[in-house]
Amino acid sequence: MNKILLTLIFISLTVSAIDIHEFTTEEQRLDYQQLTEELRCLVCQNQNIADSDAGLAKDLRNEVAKLIKQGQDQRQITDYMVVRYGDFVRYSPPMRLDTIFLWVLPFLVFLIAAIILIINIKRNQKNTESE
Amino acid sequence: MNKKNIIKALLPLIIFLSLVILLYNGLGKNTRLLPSALINKPVPEFSVPSLMNGQTINNDSLIGQMYLLNVWASWCPNCRVEHPMITEFARQKIIPVYGLNYKDENAAANQWLNQFGNPYKDILVDIEGLVGIDFGVYGAPETFLIDAKGIIRHKIVGELNPQNLKNEILPLIEKYK
Repeated sequence: MNKILLTLIFISLTVSAIDIHEFTTEEQRLDYQQLTEELRCLVCQNQNIADSDAGLAKDLRNEVAKLIKQGQDQRQITDYMVVRYGDFVRYSPPMRLDTIFLWVLPFLVFLIAAIILIINIKRNQKNTESE
Repeated sequence: MNKKNIIKALLPLIIFLSLVILLYNGLGKNTRLLPSALINKPVPEFSVPSLMNGQTINNDSLIGQMYLLNVWASWCPNCRVEHPMITEFARQKIIPVYGLNYKDENAAANQWLNQFGNPYKDILVDIEGLVGIDFGVYGAPETFLIDAKGIIRHKIVGELNPQNLKNEILPLIEKYK
């Protein structure tokens, strides 16, 4: 019983930010879904515009829907938002010279860790051999 | 060998300290202040009615003078806070101040102006917030400094106050005059 109640509560929470946009094709609907999940709400900052209830998020959702209906693709709409709000509006930062560190660092750390690991293993092997 | 061991022993501390420095720098930063993507870019195209006389104002009709564009609304409490500052700045007649009435209702906006006074040379009406989106507005108040060629030179997010007026707006007015 409690589980059902909880499920109902969560369902009601998730539908609160949905507004109705009619798209002619399934592709447009998917574009809308992906874009609104990919664009950041600038007022709440830690939510995308799909999840946010803020007034600006709603305006931006409407804008995205309008642009999709005009036939613009995801790339064009993302550019449209970046021109106005900067890279911060995107959840995935673009790969550029000043952001390259952000993208490469995890792999770099992983590589260094792997090298240290291999060196240690080799050294241990040598030690056990010599003993 | 001894020296090597010391370095090895200190390594975690060094990593820890560099993390502390890195994270400490981020502390106290106001993450709500976002850099505007439109600095040094031309004012976006718009064509909207004036709140004061209903005539159409567009981006070209404001070219030829440096001005402040103050984004405000009657529903915005911080706009009321900064209103005396805007009024005082407009009174000094250094450059004109235009208003962008953002996502407001005309009746409410007019009532607000009657109550607190109208410092604006003219007011652009943006009921839908679409001009606001083109300007990259994400809250009110925001204030743009726009030069005589129609290039956006600065943006203040939040209230105009004596500090940002003196340190940001006035030097830039001198620079781009």
